[in-house]
Amino acid sequence: MLALFLRDIRLNIRAGGGALTGVIFFLAVIATIPFGVGPDLKLLARIGPAILWIGALLSCLLGLDRLFQADREDGSLDLLVLGNDRNMLALTVLTKCLAHWAGSVLPLVIAAPLLGLFMNMEPLGIGATALTLLVGTPAITFIGAAGAAVAVALPRGGLLISVLVLPLTIPVLIFGVSASYGATANPDPFLQPFLILAALTLFLAVLGPVSAALALRHGTD
Amino acid sequence: MRLIAENLGGERGGDTVFSGIGFALEDGQALVVTGPNGSGKSTLLRVIAGLLPVAEGSVKIEGVMKIEDGGEAFPSVASACHYLGHQNAMKTALSVAENLRFWRDFNGDGQLDVEEALESVGLGGIGHLPFGYLSTGQRRRAAIAKLLVSHRPLWLLDEPTAGLDKASEARFSGLMTRHCEEGGMIVAATHLPLGLDGAKALVMGEAG
Repeated sequence: MLALFLRDIRLNIRAGGGALTGVIFFLAVIATIPFGVGPDLKLLARIGPAILWIGALLSCLLGLDRLFQADREDGSLDLLVLGNDRNMLALTVLTKCLAHWAGSVLPLVIAAPLLGLFMNMEPLGIGATALTLLVGTPAITFIGAAGAAVAVALPRGGLLISVLVLPLTIPVLIFGVSASYGATANPDPFLQPFLILAALTLFLAVLGPVSAALALRHGTD
Repeated sequence: MRLIAENLGGERGGDTVFSGIGFALEDGQALVVTGPNGSGKSTLLRVIAGLLPVAEGSVKIEGVMKIEDGGEAFPSVASACHYLGHQNAMKTALSVAENLRFWRDFNGDGQLDVEEALESVGLGGIGHLPFGYLSTGQRRRAAIAKLLVSHRPLWLLDEPTAGLDKASEARFSGLMTRHCEEGGMIVAATHLPLGLDGAKALVMGEAG
């Protein structure tokens, strides 16, 4: 499993661009918002966490279609599926998700505080948003894995994955954003939505890979 | 250990590609599957491996390897086989050695070292090159080296010699012969003679 993790990380770094594409897209989304909304600093600060979350969510979806497709194209996926008895396929998928997250999504989380400055957010809000992103984005990857596994055989599956996955990520988005607000807006709680967010991630860490493994097993046509 | 297929049928997209295929392989035996394009050779291999559902009949593996051979019980055909498909299952961005080392770690049951395996397919000394730099024949040979780095008693080979030159073909038939002598089994789908002495033959695409 470690071998698979290292391989995918290496591929992500070497085959170029997965991480960078996401970050650039994230930057593009966040950088255009102030121009669209106008120079109302208060308003920007108020919608900041939500915009950061939406930007990160969309950037996460961007690279998801390659999660299994690259492996399918060169035949590795067949062998990963055949290894089911030795390395449970759900664990294989989980490992691939973690590698994908570390390679493509973690850079987004790291870039988020910087982009938070664009939105005139205060340090506490930026910290809270980055923390919720750190905890919440794995959930998006896990849901995305199930979507990617369903759409793996389709040549232009990226769009379908986004359409499939987006509704399922809404709870993650809601609790992520409300936890981020909770840190700054006084009466709102931070801990409760944050804990629900963490629970969602843990729950989906099981459900996502298991359903993705099922889809892959029946999709090896 | 025996690989037994009884009255096996396979389908693709709802159409029956073949049916009524039966064979039994014992330790050290090879089966060469031939037949025209579209007669279902690749489908047969994928059905045996368990990548495609069995439409009718059954395929199973019986008997376990002797423990003193370092063997273990194989719960399914998939866990006992190496599947070499049309694609090489190697990443072009990684070096040949990195690719092989990954499959060695992932598949377990390490047999040869990466260097040794590359030597035996005649690719010694190029392990550091990215897989993408290799020619078609070299890629195929690197994929064959993948069969050697971890041990599996059953090799399922789909057009294994596609793109290989004469010398490599001869070297590969040597490797297959040695695998059989060590008690392994081979099911190969091919158009070209593989140079396997005493291999059983299965011709597909004919009635029955």
